[in-house]
Amino acid sequence: MLTEADLAAIWLTLKLATTVTALLLVIGTPIAWWLARTRSWLKAPVGAIVALPLVLPPTVLGFYLLIAMGPNGFIGEFTQQLGLGTLPFTFSGLVVGSVFYSLPFVVQPLQNAMQAIGERPMEVAATLRAGPWDRFFTVVLPLARPGFITATILGFAHTMGEFGVVLMIGGNIPDQTRVVSVQIYDHVEALEYAQAHTLAGIMVIFSFAVLLALYGSQRKTSLWS
Amino acid sequence: MDKINEVPLLKQKQGEDIHARFLLQRSNSGPANSFNPTNSSMFTLDVEVNIASKGITAIFGQSGSGKTTLLRCIAGLEQAESGHLTVNGDVWQSEKVFLPTHKRPLGYVFQESSLFAHLTGQGNLAYAIKRSDVASSKALYDQVITLMGIESILQRYPNQLSGGERQRIAIARALLIQPRLLLMDEPLASLDFARKQEILPYLEKLQSSFDIPILYVSHSMDEVARLADQVVLLQHGKVMAQGSTSEVFSRIDLPLPMGNDASVVWQGKVVERDKQWHLARVACAGGDLWVHDVNDEMGEYVRVRILARDVSLTLTYHEDSSILNRLLVKVAEIESDDNNAEALVQLRAGNDYLLAHLTRRSIDHLQLKQGSRLWAQIKSVAIVR
Amino acid sequence: MKLLKGVMMLTLGFSISSTVLADVVHVAVASNFTAAMKDIAAQFEKDSEHTVILSFGSSGKFFAQIQNGAPFEVFLSADQAKPIALEKAGFIVPNSRFTYATGTLALWSTKADFVDKNYTNLKKGNFNKLALANPKLAPYGVAAEEVLTALNLKNSTQPKWVMGENISQTYQFVATDNADLGFVALSQIMDNGIVTKGSSWIIPSELYSPIRQDAVLLKTAQNNDGAKALLKYLHSDTAQHIIYDYGYKTE
Repeated sequence: MLTEADLAAIWLTLKLATTVTALLLVIGTPIAWWLARTRSWLKAPVGAIVALPLVLPPTVLGFYLLIAMGPNGFIGEFTQQLGLGTLPFTFSGLVVGSVFYSLPFVVQPLQNAMQAIGERPMEVAATLRAGPWDRFFTVVLPLARPGFITATILGFAHTMGEFGVVLMIGGNIPDQTRVVSVQIYDHVEALEYAQAHTLAGIMVIFSFAVLLALYGSQRKTSLWS
Repeated sequence: MDKINEVPLLKQKQGEDIHARFLLQRSNSGPANSFNPTNSSMFTLDVEVNIASKGITAIFGQSGSGKTTLLRCIAGLEQAESGHLTVNGDVWQSEKVFLPTHKRPLGYVFQESSLFAHLTGQGNLAYAIKRSDVASSKALYDQVITLMGIESILQRYPNQLSGGERQRIAIARALLIQPRLLLMDEPLASLDFARKQEILPYLEKLQSSFDIPILYVSHSMDEVARLADQVVLLQHGKVMAQGSTSEVFSRIDLPLPMGNDASVVWQGKVVERDKQWHLARVACAGGDLWVHDVNDEMGEYVRVRILARDVSLTLTYHEDSSILNRLLVKVAEIESDDNNAEALVQLRAGNDYLLAHLTRRSIDHLQLKQGSRLWAQIKSVAIVR
Repeated sequence: MKLLKGVMMLTLGFSISSTVLADVVHVAVASNFTAAMKDIAAQFEKDSEHTVILSFGSSGKFFAQIQNGAPFEVFLSADQAKPIALEKAGFIVPNSRFTYATGTLALWSTKADFVDKNYTNLKKGNFNKLALANPKLAPYGVAAEEVLTALNLKNSTQPKWVMGENISQTYQFVATDNADLGFVALSQIMDNGIVTKGSSWIIPSELYSPIRQDAVLLKTAQNNDGAKALLKYLHSDTAQHIIYDYGYKTE
């Protein structure tokens, strides 16, 4: 049922989602930590920027990314100076776009989990000679574990399902930017409905399984604490 | 009147005590029901205290008096705008220095359960042992575990423990960091009466087993009378009195939250045991007292609390009464609130003070005034051990 | 809210009954014909009583939607294949299909003098990316692939292809300078008969099969005089002139 191109698209999508999720956890954790603790006036604007992809149509985000990452855009000029060329139509470009697009899905659960920890465990750790980094790794990270599980699953799933941004900055290049959602779109557009059904079905089952895992894990962790 | 209002300087060697001076202002964003009659929007802590680097010092006062804030300043959890803190000669805070909490060799027991939820009891203890700057010994570990009676519950997670069990583990954890100063912020406040009774004996043993100075925040006279050697009395962020527990508690000019709890605390040595009647004679500075014997060792120092309402006065020595303890006393001061049926009378007994809670009518009847000599009667069964 | 809706319904009903002959025509327009159709519709509304509501998108999507009962009366496709398929499936008014425009392909760059008649930079591989519409989906993509094959440049350029889902997106890739070169519809870069921006090469028509774009009257429009009038209007001189000015050929 699945063509080689379909399989390539699935593989590429998994690779993209894994890369993006890993990056998002690295980038999102300090952002979430800062948002959870800061009293700076910058908290509101930064929080709003992080949340923008929740309300913006993906095509808007994709369009701005296409311009920003283009040769005359500020990201594009930066990447060119680094000798990396421009990012649209590359796997790295998709990664960057997806990181923006999925950011709130990782930052917000982490921020909520970190806020829920409160000040006290940090103070306790400080009175037990734990320095700031020690506190972060031995207290914040383990206590925010439910948040990390949610963030990982949502970040991964949301990147898997991403379409608008990929469409805008992808360029439909096999093994580079042709992910499953684009492949499905192509099948539909090319009137290959049977193949579209197969791939779409796989997406539906996968998404359901992911959400099932998410809600299952939440139930467990809430029992635990 | 003469000597009583003086706050005696603590007899510490220079550099072997805790000297703290803090000036801190916070806008009161706390709970709206916090009682602060003078200024509801701003709270100011303005204190200078000298604390003995030995024994238990209670930081005592009503809620909102700044007890916890003072303790947090000492721990470095709160940074006062201006502050100076030396502990046994080490500078923890000055104009130039602010040692962060994790660099201060202290232990801290918080008011409510503060165990790490993601670690077992054992894991919580290991967290402290791993980070202590003093190598831990098996002997110390066993001693702490035994003292706190927590051996059988260490494999459990905090949510599987009772409030009292959690607090005992928290105290053990604070001990295992091997602090040079132990800070306890109302460690019993979140517990019900039964749990309090469960933990108090552990706290009493704490001081005799470990030679660590303890700062103990409390608003309970009962707890302070039972545990503290020294008291710092706070009100509205200011120090009202500091000194030994017996000195501070025997004063009647202080805003102590006394009511029916007015009492003095005496310490003395067991000098005689009456096996037949299960009584022990304790020699105190204020005089000898017969109290009930709870298997005290001869020569042991014990602490007794005499509630003002259990003290009665007679002009003459009565042999023909049930009272075992009769002390010759001299009236030092009489509380001067005429709008009350009752009053506290401060009495000089030997080298210490007693308080008697009397009706004004009795005071008038006995024609009590400063300098009157008479007998104080204390029922043995009423003396709190 | 409910009141407002009620008032609107009333007004709408009133306006319909007052102009008995006027119809509302829903038109699905292939994205490459967007600009031209806007002009034509404006003219048509001036010249008739009817109202035109335009939807722009990919022909493939409209095709799927029409099969599933989308409320369009007229479909202007970007190719012939889809109208023919709809005709076979019985979705259109018989014999209503005709070619309303033939697309012209252009090689375009936003940089001045980057594209010349001898397509030097394309030949030499002197560009970062070459944008074209996905040949699998878009007739302009098919044409672009044919041109590259004819010029014997398909294999050498393929690693640098970036494909738009439709010709609008292909245009976007070039317009934002993300691709130096791109095969776009002449209609996209032409305004009033001239190319206004960058440099371009209008591909000789012998290098690719004609991009015939067919229009059909859908079954839903059997009683819609406005729809019928609009299709007829596409043949008018006014419309033909507009179509021509946007770089299409007409038959």
